Parts: sequence; structure tokens; C-alpha cells
Amino acid sequence: MKMDPNFSRVLHVDLNTGKSKALQIEDRHMHIGGSGLAAVLYDRYGIDDAPADDPRQPLIFAIGPLTGFYPLMSKVVCGFRSPYTDEWSESHAGGRLALSIRFAGYDALMITGKAEKLSALVVGSRSCEIENVTYLRGKDVFATGKFLRRFGKKNAGHRSAIRIGQAGERGVAYACINVDSFRHFGRMGSGAAMGFKNLKGIVVSGDGSFDLPEGKAYAEMMKDIYKDITETGKMKKYHDLGTPQNLIPLNELQALPWNNLQKTQDEGVEGISGETFAEQLLLRQAACAGCPVGCIHIGLLRQQFASEHEFLYKQVSYDYEPIFAQGSMLGITNAADVLALLDETEKLGLDCMSAGVALAWAAEATEKGYISQEETIVELKFGEMKGFLEGLKFIASGENAFYQALSRGSMAAAKLYGGEDFACVLGQEMAGYATGEVFFVASAYGFRHSHLDTGGYAFDQNNTEKNADKAIEFMLEDERGRIYINCMMGCLFARGTYGPEKLKEALTAAGFQNIADNLEEAGKYIQKLRWQLKCRTGFDVDAVKIPKRFTEVVTWKGEIDTGYMDEVAQRYASAIKEMAKCGE
Amino acid sequence: MKRLEAVRMEQCIGCHSCSLACARLVHKKLSWNTAGIRISSAGGLTTGFEAQVCVACDPAPCAEVCPTDALKQRKGGGVIVKHDKCIKCGKCAEACPVDAIYYEPESDLPYLCIHCGRCVPFCPHNCIELREIPTYEEE
Ligand code: SF4
Ligand code: SF4
Ligand code: SF4
Repeated sequence: MKMDPNFSRVLHVDLNTGKSKALQIEDRHMHIGGSGLAAVLYDRYGIDDAPADDPRQPLIFAIGPLTGFYPLMSKVVCGFRSPYTDEWSESHAGGRLALSIRFAGYDALMITGKAEKLSALVVGSRSCEIENVTYLRGKDVFATGKFLRRFGKKNAGHRSAIRIGQAGERGVAYACINVDSFRHFGRMGSGAAMGFKNLKGIVVSGDGSFDLPEGKAYAEMMKDIYKDITETGKMKKYHDLGTPQNLIPLNELQALPWNNLQKTQDEGVEGISGETFAEQLLLRQAACAGCPVGCIHIGLLRQQFASEHEFLYKQVSYDYEPIFAQGSMLGITNAADVLALLDETEKLGLDCMSAGVALAWAAEATEKGYISQEETIVELKFGEMKGFLEGLKFIASGENAFYQALSRGSMAAAKLYGGEDFACVLGQEMAGYATGEVFFVASAYGFRHSHLDTGGYAFDQNNTEKNADKAIEFMLEDERGRIYINCMMGCLFARGTYGPEKLKEALTAAGFQNIADNLEEAGKYIQKLRWQLKCRTGFDVDAVKIPKRFTEVVTWKGEIDTGYMDEVAQRYASAIKEMAKCGE
Repeated sequence: MKRLEAVRMEQCIGCHSCSLACARLVHKKLSWNTAGIRISSAGGLTTGFEAQVCVACDPAPCAEVCPTDALKQRKGGGVIVKHDKCIKCGKCAEACPVDAIYYEPESDLPYLCIHCGRCVPFCPHNCIELREIPTYEEE
């Protein structure tokens, strides 16, 4: 196969008709790929005034121009109308999906319509089938993965199987898409977006190959970048303890949310620290395809299933955020308990962060008497794993009216049952950083309400003075830098290696001089388009609220300064309006 | 004579750096299929990884069935590959007992390991090695 630097090649699958088209999307120097390509596709195929569950809405999976060419260019963006906010949104994931899409010969897959029967899409460089999989209705994520592996067997190892569980099929607003067992399009409800289409899974076989660009430049550049990543030791921490290394430092800083953010520090952290996980439960590390770092940490969960010495064992991936959401946030201080919850979450196909934070709200609402066991069916109590384990299942099954509300988010439930003040929602259920004003604002207003939109948490940690100008400048600048990476679909861990200048060199060596020459221009265009899409699909910058709980947080800097937080919020809101030219 | 051996696959993290390096440096392709070494998981990601790579047979069944000497016995084991002599019969891939030959459908050519060792420095976990073939194995 040959790559054309001027076009993105997109496979458009219409589930209504069962037919597909390979599209050539022009002006690659403007949309680049990844987030930019997804935005351009939504701009053309999305329907702004129809809701997220309208079958016509596109579900998009895009890679970047450098996917497959360089290490850590290993991510895929999923672009979709969020069942949680109804707005245009993105979620990013690794695994083997990125290389599989690349070697299937596409820059993106776009799915529109709704299959008549529960289906799986099976794609390769010379194949495209929609398979009837009604027998997978209600099957959990692991069982589904096993069945899906019957497709594309010839290409074992060089394919990717993504799928949804019960939560996605039932339309839980924070259902995720599982990627190759251990990675996820976690946040904002992509799993439900897939469920709306009656699409249980997608198998992509990366069974094609490309001719290399002429000359030696590419191989040389690859060698340099590879060396920089593997020999300078800067990636070691991601492989060693991995992201959970942050639990102890954040707890020491008084920035780790505990018990639904009622506190930011607890001695119990020792039980769920990265060190404890590594020493007691770590089974092995794995990598996304095309990444030599290997940051995926897989723990061994050994469970007794009968009174005799009868055990089963499971492999469960863990990271900082999942340990926060289903550990400290729920008052759980035992690492194996956290793995047990994560395992269940994985099976059901829920986003572990949102599910954990939603249950934390329910536990506090129970403590405060807003709800009782009449609503929660089981006792939801901080520190006690078993109740939460049942709670997860009830969210996925929509067991009663209470859990149906909770499956739309903790704020949706709080609006019905009370307790809005302590619903830890910043656009969506919070991420694990109680670092202060800038992070709270960045998440509440951020494009995908993620800790990854900008490094607001890092700004809080590195700056003691309260300077709103500096904070805004940082957020805007940092977002722009991340947009480049998110269009290349590089891993954010590699943003130190892939600065704008390096990206230009890497693009040129791989045959994308046109993108390299236009990078700044394209960055501005994409940043604006993304915000416009979010505003066009319902985001009201002026309606954003930061719940009271966030004003009560005490960190190492002392109490939250609400005046400062308001100022940063207002300034960021106007900056967003300026970027999006909302209302124009 | 040396041969590539996947000696420590228990340490493999499934990054595919080896395959990508082989495709890039030896076969001049951007691919993970047209590579001498290919990594797969035995049954989903939960079971660890295995390598599909030429085990350097002597005599080599793939060379024996090749009608045109596109694959020729290499001294010490394995084969020497000459794509320009290949008539695209596909017999070699069928003959290999360990599925080490990737038969690429677009160019209609076999891709397999030539035991050059260029992938070795790209393995971050020290799983693969270019090793001297022990004399007791050589005749
Ligand atoms: S390619 Fe297969 S048959 Fe040929 S030498 Fe290698 S292992 Fe033996
Ligand atoms: S030894 Fe050479 S031919 Fe064999 S897999 Fe490694 S790079 Fe490819
Ligand atoms: S380079 Fe090493 S760790 Fe990576 S897939 Fe190959 S053998 Fe495994």
C-alpha cells in the first residue's frame, strides 16, 4: 500500500445499509489526523441538533499521520456525541488498535447508522464485514473478547478487538469501550455511543504493509527518537511503578481525594500505594503496540471461591486514576479490594473513574441521610468493598429508579435525591487531583473535562502565587501543545520528546512535509474547530458550575481561595468564547 | 554462524518494536507483518507473548520445496532469500513447520528472518539475541 500525504483515508461504514465506502478526506495539512480529523469528520457528517443517541450520529476512531512510524505514536481518538453531556467529545486509548487501523490501511473508521441486529464490525486491509452477533447480547467484556477473537484469527497478534459490555448495551452515560482487555476509551460514555448503534464490537486486522518513504532520513530519525525514549531513562518511571507512583506524593501533598473528597489525606494510602501494588500484586507489564515503554501494569487478583482451598485468579490492569476512583475515593485501603472492584467494572464495561466517583457520592448521600438502603439495595459504606461491588452491577443493570438515575451521573441523581453540593462533578465525575483552583477550573471547563486537556494540576503544584493571568496563559499554551500531540495521536507521556520542532522533523522524514510546514496554522484551526463543535452541540460556557464541595477542599496550600477560582473561571470562560467565537 | 533466538519471551511486553525494526531496516516496509519476527499473544493479551521466527533448520524444509532457489540452504541453518528468483508459488510458507514465513499477498512474496540481528537493539526487554550456533548442531 502507499500513503498519500494530502488525504486521509477513512472507512465509512453505514450500519443501516450494511455498506461501506473508503473516503478520501482532502486538506490533510489542515486537519492533520487524530483529534483534528475526527473534528472535521463530525463537522461534515454529524447532526448538531439531533441528540447523542440518534443513529445518524457518527462514531469515529482516528489515528495520526505518524502512527506506526515512530515509538509512542500508539493512541487512537474516539470522537462521538457524548451520552453524558450530549456534546461533541473525545476519548483516547492505546492497546493494539492504533497499529491495527494503520496497517488495515486507514486513518480513521467512521460508523453511522444503527444495525438491525446486534453486530460486530470486522475490518482488515482487504476485508470489511458486518457480522450478526446476537448471541453476545448481555455478554460481559471478557466473554465478548473471547468470541470476537474468532474473527481475523489468521492475523492473531496483529489485530485489535474493541467491545462493550452490559453498560454500553444499556446506554449507561459513562459506559466505556474496552480495547484489547486492558485499555479503554474510558470517559464521556463512548460505550453507550457504540451501544446506540447496536454495535457490540469491532475487530481490526492490521494485515497490510506500506512502502517506506524514499531515502535514509526516516530510518535515521526513527533511530534517534527511539534512542531518546529508551536510553535517557526519562520513561523509566512509567514502566517501573507506573502512574500509581503518584499516590503517596499526592497524599503527602494533601491532594488525593478520599471518601468523596471529604478529605485529601489519609494514612491508609500505604495499603493502595504504587509500591504496595508492585510488591504484592504486580504480575507483569505490557505495552501498547509500537511503544517500547510498557506502562500497562497488570495485577494478579486471587480469589477464594469456595470454603476449601479453591482459588481462581484474574489479571486486572491498574493505574493511578482507577486506584483513586475505586480506592481512596471510596475509602478503600486494601489493594486487592481495589482490584476486585476494577475487575467487576471491567467486566460490565463501565468507566472506572466515573463509576467510582458516582458510588462515592452515593456513600456520602447515604451517610447524610439523603438516600437509604431502599434506594441503594445494598449498604454503600466507605471502606467496604462488597457493597460497592454490588453497586457497580446495579448501575450497569439499571436495577431500580435510583441506579437508573446514577447511571446518568452523580449530579443527575443528586438533582432527584438531593446532595448536589457534594457531587464531585467537573463536567463529568472528577479526576484524582485535589490540587486546587486551576485544576478544578480546567476540568470543569476543559474540552473533554479531563485532567488531560491541560496540566492544570501541574500548574497548581508548581505555583504558589495566585496569578490568574499566568494561569490562563498556561492553560491556553498547554492546550495548544497537547493538540499537536492529540492530532498525531502520540501518547502524552512522550510530549517531552515530541515538541513542535521535533514533530516537524519527524513529519518531514516520514513524508509529510506538507503537514510540517503548516503545523502552527493547523493547530489554531483545529483548536477553534473543536471548541466550535462543542459549543454548537450544546456546551454553554456561562452555565458551568463548580459544586460547593470543591470550595471546601483543604490542600497543602490551605483552603481553596474562591475569589481566585472565580477569577480564573471567568477568564477561562471568555478565552474559550474567544477561541470558539461561540454565537458567531 | 549465528542465528536469532527468541530466548526470553517471558520478559516480552508485546511492543512489536522488533517486528517494526525488521520490516523497516531489512525489508524496507512500514509493517508488522512483513517482518522476520512477529509477536502474538497466545490467547488474548492475558496469556503473555510468543514470537514467530525462523528456527534455522538444517536441512531447511522451505528451501527443499522451493523450485527456483529463491530460498537456499544457509550454512549452519536457515535460508538465504532472493526475492528476484521467487516465482510466487507459496510452497515455502506451507512447508515451514513453525509458521515462520509470512507470505505477503499484495507483493506475493515470502518474508522471513535472515538472522542478521538488526532487530536485537530495538528490544527494550532483552528478549531476543543473535547467538552463535553451537558446533554440535553444525555438521
Ligand atoms: S523458514 Fe521455517 S522451514 Fe525455513 S529454515 Fe526457517 S524455520 Fe525452517
Ligand atoms: S534477525 Fe534480522 S531478519 Fe531476523 S527478525 Fe531480526 S532483523 Fe529481521
Ligand atoms: S521488541 Fe522485545 S519486548 Fe518488544 S515485542 Fe519484540 S521481543 Fe517483545
